[in-house]
Amino acid sequence: MLAACGVNSPEELFQHLPEAVRLDRPLDLPPGISEYEIVQYFRDRAGDTALGYASFLGAGVYNHYRPVLVDTVVSRGEFLTSYTPYQAEISQGTLTTIFEFQTMICQLTGMDVANASMYDGSTAVPEAAMMAVRATGKGRVVVARNVHPEYREVLHTYAKYQGMPVEEFGYASETGGIDLEDLERKMDDLTAAVIIQSPNFFGIVEQVKAAAEIAHKRGALLVVVFTEAVSLGILEPCPDADIVAGELQSFAISPSYGGPYAGIIATREKFLRQMPGRLAGQTTDSRGNRAFCLTLSTREQHIRREKATSNICTNQALIALMATVFMTVYGKQGLRELARQNLAKAHYLAGKLDLRFSGKYFNEFVVRAPETINKELLKKKIIGGLPLGRFYPELKDCMLLCATEMSKRADMDLIASHAAKPQAQPQEVIA
Amino acid sequence: MIDKVTPHITQNEPLLFERSSPGKKAYQLPELDVPEVDAAEALGAENVRAEIAGFPEVSEVEAIRHFTRLSTWNFAIDYGMYPLGSCTMKYNPRINEQAARTEGLAWAHPYQPEALAQGCLEVMATLEAALAEITGMDAVTLQPAAGAHGELTGILLIRALLEKRGNPRKKILIPDSAHGTNPATAAIAGYAIENIKSSETGVLDVAALEQIVNEDVAALMVTNPNTLGVFENNIAHAAEILHGKGAMLYMDGANMNALVGIARPGDFGVDVMHLNLHKTFSTPHGGGGPGAGPVAVKKVLEPFLPAPRLKKSGKRWAWDYRRKHSIGRVKAFYGNFGVLIRALAYILAHGGPGLRNATMDAVLNAVYIRKRLEAYFDLPYQSPNMHEVVFSDDRQAAKGVRTGDFAKRLIDYGFHPYTVSFPLIVHGAMMIEPTETEGKREIDQFIDAMISIAKEVETDPQLVKTAPHLTRASRVDETTAARKPILRWKPA
Repeated sequence: MLAACGVNSPEELFQHLPEAVRLDRPLDLPPGISEYEIVQYFRDRAGDTALGYASFLGAGVYNHYRPVLVDTVVSRGEFLTSYTPYQAEISQGTLTTIFEFQTMICQLTGMDVANASMYDGSTAVPEAAMMAVRATGKGRVVVARNVHPEYREVLHTYAKYQGMPVEEFGYASETGGIDLEDLERKMDDLTAAVIIQSPNFFGIVEQVKAAAEIAHKRGALLVVVFTEAVSLGILEPCPDADIVAGELQSFAISPSYGGPYAGIIATREKFLRQMPGRLAGQTTDSRGNRAFCLTLSTREQHIRREKATSNICTNQALIALMATVFMTVYGKQGLRELARQNLAKAHYLAGKLDLRFSGKYFNEFVVRAPETINKELLKKKIIGGLPLGRFYPELKDCMLLCATEMSKRADMDLIASHAAKPQAQPQEVIA
Repeated sequence: MIDKVTPHITQNEPLLFERSSPGKKAYQLPELDVPEVDAAEALGAENVRAEIAGFPEVSEVEAIRHFTRLSTWNFAIDYGMYPLGSCTMKYNPRINEQAARTEGLAWAHPYQPEALAQGCLEVMATLEAALAEITGMDAVTLQPAAGAHGELTGILLIRALLEKRGNPRKKILIPDSAHGTNPATAAIAGYAIENIKSSETGVLDVAALEQIVNEDVAALMVTNPNTLGVFENNIAHAAEILHGKGAMLYMDGANMNALVGIARPGDFGVDVMHLNLHKTFSTPHGGGGPGAGPVAVKKVLEPFLPAPRLKKSGKRWAWDYRRKHSIGRVKAFYGNFGVLIRALAYILAHGGPGLRNATMDAVLNAVYIRKRLEAYFDLPYQSPNMHEVVFSDDRQAAKGVRTGDFAKRLIDYGFHPYTVSFPLIVHGAMMIEPTETEGKREIDQFIDAMISIAKEVETDPQLVKTAPHLTRASRVDETTAARKPILRWKPA
């Protein structure tokens, strides 16, 4: 090969690089190691984590069982080692699963169309906001304070340089749901989108219909965010939402210290052209058989460049496939059954604790409990709740707990023994 | 005639929804160990859905057969050479997959106490340091989720620095050979775009650059080696011109696999760059993601990096959230950690010398392809190429066969097509990137296929124009798909 290239050594292939830019020493990295050593290296790192602990953390990342079929499918080289399916004739496997994914996301969310995935839920939020700005021709966004705090941070980062003012509105201190009066106050005719989350960051099922009415009255779109996809197994999706932006981590995607996950955007047919990200569509091949291909790419950066609806290129295809297999395994009955188990476990645990909010909740809830109980629980190999003071100073004596189908009754009883609610005071009866 | 493949039997398979029958299931859940809760009471009757209409109902064996059959309709690196230029389709080592599934790492919750996440933080810190050494930059953030996300992060960093200096400026300069993500990113970061024409040799026209750069220019975004696979020889000079006017140099690191161990962007004037771990560092493309797009910067941009940052206090790693100049978060949590593990596994396996060897093999393969094919195809730019080579379809177009048709015929020979019609500065581009993965045998078969198709174009152009002929799906009608979008299944 060297001879065919007209050189004596591979080094000569780099002779045309200016001397000054060439690295004149070896990289300061250790020599390569064997497969066995790599396995050991990561096992050692894993030894310095919470391996073997039970966890009651939620807050956007949930401990759900991952059916074995999921890794069986995504480990197939045909899915794992293929590129974005631009060459439709030899990518029908990926394209068909994306089409099925889009369909199931529509069925779950009650929307007309869904894209092939976004990076995650947090980046789906600014993408949804920008989409609303394009669809309405207005520029301002209001977002509820009980939307995931890190999602809001990402929204602020994206919005800052686009002339897209973002204002937050509050939550009702008693229920933990959005404060409709505050929303009403923060609305104006320049508002493109109202962004709420349901179940919200505190786990409370939101008043989506009421929010939709307020948004629509002023000509804004309602964006509904979700972080706990399992809730959709039992919760009615809101027909009044205009855009749904969500996170699918709950669908067999390992917590993996924060990523990779898969986000989605689903919307009404009329906003299709404003949607970011890839879409698979049905068509036929030259023999007339059903086939799929990527479509409506005139929205995308590789065609439209600076006029694209988003700069997104690589998305989360393989992770979306995990979610697709998960949805297939659980199916119509299973997802509902899974949601019911989550509901039951969370209500069992919450029933023993001092709930901070009165709103209806799915599998997460806020309790009054001192941070010190987490220390006690850690001694018993249990990671307790997320202390909320860091995100909500007014909730500094509270923590967010989550129970899923993986939560054991014995562990929940143990938490209750450390953080049981105060004995109810006898109430005066007013005749 | 066809040396490498013969078609194999693939089975028909309906969509999941067409396969469903009521009552079938593939899941198992344990007995509930707590009392049942009445959903209507707990959630409010109005909030409880009746059912998920249309959701699939299949058995476990139906599920596994469904996805297995569909998988065989894909081409993949595991089947053969996948020479997509710019996409860097190299082998995805399976050890990386196992490493990412190591239990304590895969099940780490992003909010678990730092004291119980030291192993995760150590992995991230080790990767940050390795990437800083490889790029010659001072600091690295692992937060961005993919290349385009890294670009956005990088441009926002530039914007934040310039703003702090008093003027964020108005525009970003982008060569006409750039990836589409570059202009799309600059627009999202609130900048106007000015395109600059490449020189006759296919590189940055430094004289033209000197004319354009003024106080309105925030940065130049340049890919190096560029999308022709040509090293930007004047890069250091370009950096001087930009810096002289207070502007910055952004490097799109999509082609970093041509430089690892050979040259470092930090040494030739780059201020900020992103890396695509799913290209250079072998993490799988997975049919379009997930990726990871770490951003490496010079010291001057470090204060603006997304929060939180890794910080060592004593012997322990911690997250530092108190970063007053930070552009903010670009993503929840800390980055695509599972992808980061895979990239670190690749770096550990290769080590410094191995990474350099991979670069040399990648370039050798691409130069070899060029030398063997330049007699058959038009080569619009004669400059020495690195990890990829871009021909044009000029000679074949004379027979009515365009790059897209030619690419489809490659499929019949058992290869994934090269990148079609990109970069835009080459009319009818055929962009070939073999990566270091391919051995001489596979490359020679590819070359033979290219030459054979070039001959078919002379003798039977129609055969090429109607390709592929041996695939399960014949030429797919993309026009109708866009004209009458069907984006989800609906019951008949």
